[in-house]
Amino acid sequence: MAPTLNLHGVDYAILLIYTLFVVGIGFALKRYMKSSSDYLTSGRSIPAWVTGLAFISANLGALELVGMAASGAKYGIATAHFYWVGAIPAMIFLAVFMMPFYYGSKARSVPEYLKLRFDERVRALNSITFAVMTVFASGISMNALAKLLNQLLGWDYHLSLWICSAIVLVYVLKGGLTSAIYTEVLQFFMIVLGFAPVVYLGFKDVGGWDVMKGKLAEVAQHPSSLGLVDSASKTFAPDAWSSAWKPLLGGPAANPMGVDVFAMVFGLGFVLSFGYWCTNFLVVQRAMAAKNMGAARRTPIIASVPKMIFPVLVILPGVIAVALTATPGKNYRLPQTQIAESKYPAAIAAVKQAASQHVEVKTAMASLSSAADVSFVTAKVETLLKDEAAAPMAEADLRTRIQDAVVNDYDGVILSLVKRYCPSGLLGLALTALLASFMSGMAGNVTAFNTVWTYDLYQAYMAPNKTDEHYMWMGRAVTVVGILLSIAAAYFARMWTNAMDIIQLVFGFVNAPLFATFLLGMFWARTTATAAFVGLLFGTLGSAAFHAVTIAVGNTPGVKGGYLAQLATFPSDMAQNFWLAAFAFLVCFLLTIAISLAGKRTKTDDELKGLVYSMTPKLVDSHEAWYLRPAVVGTILLACCVVINLIFW
Amino acid sequence: MGLDIRLPIGMMFTLVGLILVITGATSTLQRSLGMNINLWWGIFLVIFGGLMLLFALIARKKDGNSQH
Repeated sequence: MAPTLNLHGVDYAILLIYTLFVVGIGFALKRYMKSSSDYLTSGRSIPAWVTGLAFISANLGALELVGMAASGAKYGIATAHFYWVGAIPAMIFLAVFMMPFYYGSKARSVPEYLKLRFDERVRALNSITFAVMTVFASGISMNALAKLLNQLLGWDYHLSLWICSAIVLVYVLKGGLTSAIYTEVLQFFMIVLGFAPVVYLGFKDVGGWDVMKGKLAEVAQHPSSLGLVDSASKTFAPDAWSSAWKPLLGGPAANPMGVDVFAMVFGLGFVLSFGYWCTNFLVVQRAMAAKNMGAARRTPIIASVPKMIFPVLVILPGVIAVALTATPGKNYRLPQTQIAESKYPAAIAAVKQAASQHVEVKTAMASLSSAADVSFVTAKVETLLKDEAAAPMAEADLRTRIQDAVVNDYDGVILSLVKRYCPSGLLGLALTALLASFMSGMAGNVTAFNTVWTYDLYQAYMAPNKTDEHYMWMGRAVTVVGILLSIAAAYFARMWTNAMDIIQLVFGFVNAPLFATFLLGMFWARTTATAAFVGLLFGTLGSAAFHAVTIAVGNTPGVKGGYLAQLATFPSDMAQNFWLAAFAFLVCFLLTIAISLAGKRTKTDDELKGLVYSMTPKLVDSHEAWYLRPAVVGTILLACCVVINLIFW
Repeated sequence: MGLDIRLPIGMMFTLVGLILVITGATSTLQRSLGMNINLWWGIFLVIFGGLMLLFALIARKKDGNSQH
């Protein structure tokens, strides 16, 4: 494949330096790996600032970088809700209320906490689904990395996949979880320092905030002209791309996300956000590796500071790209999939035929899409057909107009800006930041996988009572297995995109009700193990059922839902996901309460000490300085989050 | 866990910063809107990396003193 980026020696030098440093960190840590605890849980010895930055980095994979810039272009500033209402309250709740149980119970993993609080059934359900999920997540990340290297640099897909996986294997195999955490900190600085110049130059190019806001107001009046919506008649209020809350207050039809306030606050801000930040072992593991209880509780608090500011780095580029596209003379447009040269004759013939025979737009769209092998924006095709019918165009003009009508490739936004602003040198830094986030995404998943496998599956069910050396050997062996399974998952994702969509959908069903189980388990001593297990199962089935009978506008029944019936239609996929999560949470929550009340309590007060809020002596930190007390700093950060939301209201 | 992560971070960014400074000084202007972005960002990275190294060395010295 022909490369679309030309790297020079200086760019390769930066890439090589980063690789040598991450591998070097792995080798430097090797001599500190003396027990399975050192290898799989970092021996609980890491300072809070390191675990805090790793906590945020574990969630900052390259798919997030690419996807958030894409969402910034599609939905505007409202995308920042994933970083504000969709993260900050949950991270502070984890620090103040949940970390004392995770860390204080001496559990080595989240599934192990479930075993201590409930029973083996709940642990098995959570650990098996989590282990499978991490392997697939790692595979998806590596598939995206290899595809990116193939498209950008022309590198061979297989070679890219195996070499990058080998680098991750070397440093994780040598230094275990500590190695993954340290490279995540390195990745954090790489991303900040690699992308900050791109954002700065883009912001300068577009003319600053006021000019950008003016351009976005123009875009909101005619979003179809940039291919941002499908229908020519669709318009939004002027602040649809530049405000966070106002567009949502007008209802789903008044904002590009198609989401209402309740779905945003309850679906994303409570169910999905608390479900991810408070129960996902991938991020919680970072806090559990901290050197003491105080450091463990400060981990999410420290992480929430960059989290709040990160929209500037990851979402603003997408918004800048929209404003640049709307500014004449900037010679920039949102990236599109290019029509292959060989497809043009058929596409031109399809347009000419549709225009001369005055066929319906829907029919013309179908024949044009099939001829050009890409998707088109309805509004633009409609105008094109009208113009062609009124006065036939020259072939060169027709080619330009057809390409212009192709849908935007939002995932290409961040790379298009990197390409526009980064000279050789800075280009190497930005590209290395992107590769670093892909690789540490794999490392994070593999280290979570090897801990859950070794402690929650292997030690619990297959080989209990072995020596610590044996479990350390198993931890290393399963790291190799985890990497190989990730590579297999990457090939699977490459070959069966649709199957991968279904697998990710199922993971969504499993995750949606999870927070209800933890919430009741930690804060209601009456919750029984059977109730937790049945509640989780039916919460998962409930979300699958909800998906089967609902659909978003414009989708065909199938993997997008509505394949059994269409009892409810949502304005967008995102709205459907938020409501699905809310429904699954409520099913699990109410069912767990009902079954607990119907049954007998299975654990005594003594057994629940350190596992349930009301049974555990409260942590006294009033002797600490105010800045070391999670509740005080958490309250200040929540207030900061509110202020930021008011500024971008 | 033995290794102070600020050491490799400081070393790496100082090295990358120096590469950018040399590239910016010897090579870029047009794309970055009238400023030699490689040169200026390289200088910033060298300062950032240097500070990281300084913090790591101060911490190491403190540890050494507290053990005597």
